[in-house]
Amino acid sequence: MADTPTDALKRTPLYDLHVARGAKLVPFAGYEMPVQYPMGVMDEHKWTRTHAGIFDVSHMGPCFLSLEEGIGGGDEAHAKIAALVETLVPSDIASLKQGQARLTVLLNEDGGILDDLIITRPLGDEAQGSLYIVVNGAVKEQDWAIFEKALAGKAVLTRADDRILFALQGPEAVDVLSDFFPGCEDLAFMHHMPFELNGTRCIVSRCGYTGEDGFEVLVAPEAGLPLIAEMLTDERVEMIGLGARDSLRLEAGLCLYGHDMDTSRDPVEAGLSWVIQKSRREAGNFPGAARILAALKDGPAEKRVGIRPLERAPAREGTEVQVGGKVVGVVTSGGFGPSVDHPVAMGYVAAAHAAPGTKVDLMVRGKARPGEVVALPFVPHNYKR
Amino acid sequence: MATYYTEDHEWVSVDGDTGKVGITAYAAEQLGDVVFVETPDVGKTVKKGDDMAVVESVKAASDVYAPVSGDVVEANAALADAPETVNESPEGDGWFCIIKLADAGELDGLMDAAAYAAFCKGL
Repeated sequence: MADTPTDALKRTPLYDLHVARGAKLVPFAGYEMPVQYPMGVMDEHKWTRTHAGIFDVSHMGPCFLSLEEGIGGGDEAHAKIAALVETLVPSDIASLKQGQARLTVLLNEDGGILDDLIITRPLGDEAQGSLYIVVNGAVKEQDWAIFEKALAGKAVLTRADDRILFALQGPEAVDVLSDFFPGCEDLAFMHHMPFELNGTRCIVSRCGYTGEDGFEVLVAPEAGLPLIAEMLTDERVEMIGLGARDSLRLEAGLCLYGHDMDTSRDPVEAGLSWVIQKSRREAGNFPGAARILAALKDGPAEKRVGIRPLERAPAREGTEVQVGGKVVGVVTSGGFGPSVDHPVAMGYVAAAHAAPGTKVDLMVRGKARPGEVVALPFVPHNYKR
Repeated sequence: MATYYTEDHEWVSVDGDTGKVGITAYAAEQLGDVVFVETPDVGKTVKKGDDMAVVESVKAASDVYAPVSGDVVEANAALADAPETVNESPEGDGWFCIIKLADAGELDGLMDAAAYAAFCKGL
């Protein structure tokens, strides 16, 4: 256990809370973040699937992108900001309804994935011409530099990563949160509402990355700290660390940027074709369109799949996947699934071996261990549609 | 019977010319919930400091090093179906294997319980 210098690491506004609750802190995306609390990864994971867990995701990259000329122009203003952003992403941003959000990917010129992000169209005519965007923490500086360079003179980027961004996830999340934000229970998955809290404006979105129903809340520290402190007096609520966040999203079959996708992968092989709506496929006007449209037409050479190790040994990231002694793929995320009570993994395999039910060998420390390609997710999603 | 400890948080409990080996309570606590243990094959010869076993938590896989040199004469088969025993009883039923000591002199380089406790306090 080597000591990692922590001096250069940033802290989120919830740092003192993590320390007070006995979190084990680790460096993550340039921040000192809680990997687990005294409850432990296994129980934190199960708690989130049965009750409600708070995740500090303030290290991520919430931001606002607004028309340089100003906002408030109704549908016309939305059309303008959407057209600007659509030069960088392959999703249909123009057709988003007010209050609706969409997962998309930031692409390089080759169609490789630079990041995955959520883009939300705000509610209210006075807010049109702006978008609320959340990018990954590890690549937020890269993403924001791309936005600023591509949209210079046309749109202004406002960082919001000095605020608290937290997720409340689990089947009891809605009952807990509606006490603080009445009306949030009516939101559908991937929709948001603004709220006033102690005189500050905050954004409540029904989304998350655990496969469970839940919310993400962007809130100023002065309002967010007392909010979370009060939420934690509710016996249904626990703080949950990065360890369980990873096992929850893996069981839910959700990809983690930098592991299950990166610039070497396009959205089609990553299993994210669904983020490219029909209108964008027809227009073909996004970075890397040639490669991506070809992959959509002919099918990708490799596909992201679920892989279930059939014995007790987990197959971690980097594990070779073989069929008949030949390498056909690699595990990109692997660990143990506390809710399914067996090891779980995902990775890329050659299209010929990507059908669920395909038997594979997982080369764990030089030993072939039996595995099987399976459909994702490992646990059904529990979203509020 | 005396028990010795390494700076890598393994213990070896010596009985005659064999030593029962496992990881310490401190190590088990640091790892968190153990979900899989790969114990060494019986008959394998290990050298002090070699990778000998692997212990996996939900989060990660960690190597366990041989605290002494010798031949593995028994492995704890019960861990295959009950890896959580390592958390419940790291210095008891959660043992990994038994090694026939090649050189009892190696034990001189290890810590006793008091020295190991002091070592952990300093971490």
